[in-house]
Amino acid sequence: MTGSRERVLARVRAALADVPREEAPEDAPVPRGYAREHGLGDPVALLADRLVDYRAVVHRVRPAGLARTVGAALQRRGPGPFVVPPGLPEAWLQRAGVEVVHDDGLGVAELDAAAGVVTGCAVAIAETGTIVLDAGADQGRRAITLVPDYHLCVVPAERIVASVPQALPHLDPLRPLTWISGPSATSDIELDRVEGVHGPRTLEVVIVEDAG
Amino acid sequence: MSTTFVGMPAFPDAARAATGNAQLRHNLRKATHTIRDKRAAVVDELDDWARLRAAGAAIKDRVLRHLDVYLERLEASVTAAGGTVHWAADAAEANRIVTDLVRATGHDEVVKVKSMATQEIGLNEALGEAGITAYETDLAELIVQLGDDTPSHILVPAIHRNRSEIREIFRTRMAEWGVPAPEGLTDDPRALAEAARVHLREKFLSTKVAISGANFAVADTGTLVVLESEGNGRMCLTLPDTLISVVGIEKVVPTWSDLEVFLQLLPRSSTGERMNPYTSTWTGVTPGDGPREFHLVLLDNGRSATLADTVGRQALRCIRCSACLNICPVYERAGGHAYGSVYPGPIGAILTPQLRGVTSELDASLPYASSLCGACYEVCPVAIDIPEVLVHLRERVVEGKGHRAEKAAMAAAGWVFGDDRRLALAQRAAGAARGLVPRHLPGPGAAWTDTRDIPDIPPESFRDWWRKRHTKEGEQ
Repeated sequence: MTGSRERVLARVRAALADVPREEAPEDAPVPRGYAREHGLGDPVALLADRLVDYRAVVHRVRPAGLARTVGAALQRRGPGPFVVPPGLPEAWLQRAGVEVVHDDGLGVAELDAAAGVVTGCAVAIAETGTIVLDAGADQGRRAITLVPDYHLCVVPAERIVASVPQALPHLDPLRPLTWISGPSATSDIELDRVEGVHGPRTLEVVIVEDAG
Repeated sequence: MSTTFVGMPAFPDAARAATGNAQLRHNLRKATHTIRDKRAAVVDELDDWARLRAAGAAIKDRVLRHLDVYLERLEASVTAAGGTVHWAADAAEANRIVTDLVRATGHDEVVKVKSMATQEIGLNEALGEAGITAYETDLAELIVQLGDDTPSHILVPAIHRNRSEIREIFRTRMAEWGVPAPEGLTDDPRALAEAARVHLREKFLSTKVAISGANFAVADTGTLVVLESEGNGRMCLTLPDTLISVVGIEKVVPTWSDLEVFLQLLPRSSTGERMNPYTSTWTGVTPGDGPREFHLVLLDNGRSATLADTVGRQALRCIRCSACLNICPVYERAGGHAYGSVYPGPIGAILTPQLRGVTSELDASLPYASSLCGACYEVCPVAIDIPEVLVHLRERVVEGKGHRAEKAAMAAAGWVFGDDRRLALAQRAAGAARGLVPRHLPGPGAAWTDTRDIPDIPPESFRDWWRKRHTKEGEQ
């Protein structure tokens, strides 16, 4: 295996004979004149608009209305059980009235039998309608937001940024990340978009805005 | 097992057959026009698109000019994060490495995320020979695999199939591979997607080994990135115990923050969305979350040879968005199969002959599969000047064997044009013989006149006409 490593690297170096020996990688110029954000307006409204465009269900609530909205959404999906990550704030589920299972390493069969999952998020990106999960305490490991067919995600307004360039500095690449822009979808049949393939077929997002 | 492209005829022959297929042309026209309109709308939303494009091209150029440095950096970061890095000089070696890794797990089934690199090396066939079954899990790849077919588009490999053809494939073939299609399956895309979900669900939940490619590999952090839509990628990247990713050496980007450029360029250029439904990033292994073992196979397979050509090198910037396919008038009419490679369309016409060389008749014909209209360059998110590379590769083909008639004709033309008297004689001879010129040329010129009329030869050459006119004016 070492042989091939040296062979590939030697071929690459030979192919780059035209590059001056003294040139360092950073010497090759990269123009960074692109925008840090595109000034498309209020990030909360923009995020909601983009998510609806992807056919997600979106609510905008004040902190006082969060538990009621989460509860009503879960009750519409049935009695449960709903999987929640270990660090999900208790207050979110105060008025749920459904069966809740805390993930302590549930097997795929148990996840498959669950009615849905409730999480927070690390960052949300308004311009692209994207929610990013980074396996934080209120989000849990990747499998719990993947196997159940329904995902309810709570997005505090202070975690919303305008653009992709603004999102990356908030994210730690050493953690496993999942960027979610709407429910799973395919356009593989005549480019007709169909929502709901292997990932959760329903994505419901509750954006929490401070009264201020 | 899907069939391979081995033994394909040259592009003109394959294209002639394809353009005669009305259903195929209808499917392709509908699909390419839909997607190119979607792309244009979301690209227009960003007033800095040209600057993003310039940055994307420059970042890729930086990587390519110092690829050895970045590959070693990537290897070190992946290793530090708990992954194992393997190097494969060619397809056979990559297939051997992956086969051995799967065997070492003791399992004989793998689930696969759509990956151009594994298509390129024929991994499924190699695994099949070793008694390992590879299940394609992307909906379009599933359609291709069940239909014993080959992909015809980078992003939508089954773009050549319409809904009723897909229904027929599911109805007749799903049972052989696992859960059969439901009774009374209709050709509604929703019903077909649901059938695929049910068919693959049990495989996702039980298979212990997954194979993927990657859209990007970040050198600084060792992070791999996969963009997808259906969630099959997440299933493969999350649930199995062992993950093997086969990644071309040109997929490296220098830093985590460089993704801010590509995560804007790629979704808008490929599916015409502001963002694709799911993007997964992972760095080595994370205890308690996802695979316990991660292997990265770095694939050369002709890339270093492509890198050596200072004009053709830019093809390695490609991020496989397929915008050039969707805009191309030749692709729209000929379809992807005519290109005889997993990389069809304009990018295929410059990538395939460089990865494989121009020794076969098919690969030598690919640089000619273009009208050089330049639309592909316009839409390319990393500004690959495809027409420039096409012309460059045509020179390479002409210098090599093949196209002997063209070479002889050009040599003769050079001889005639090189001497004033020879040219005058040749023109007068042509003028005198004009009544005898056939509509179609025989021999090597036949292909040219199959699709064109021979231009009429005027009774008098421009030079003769000018001389007479000049003489008359002089007399006045």
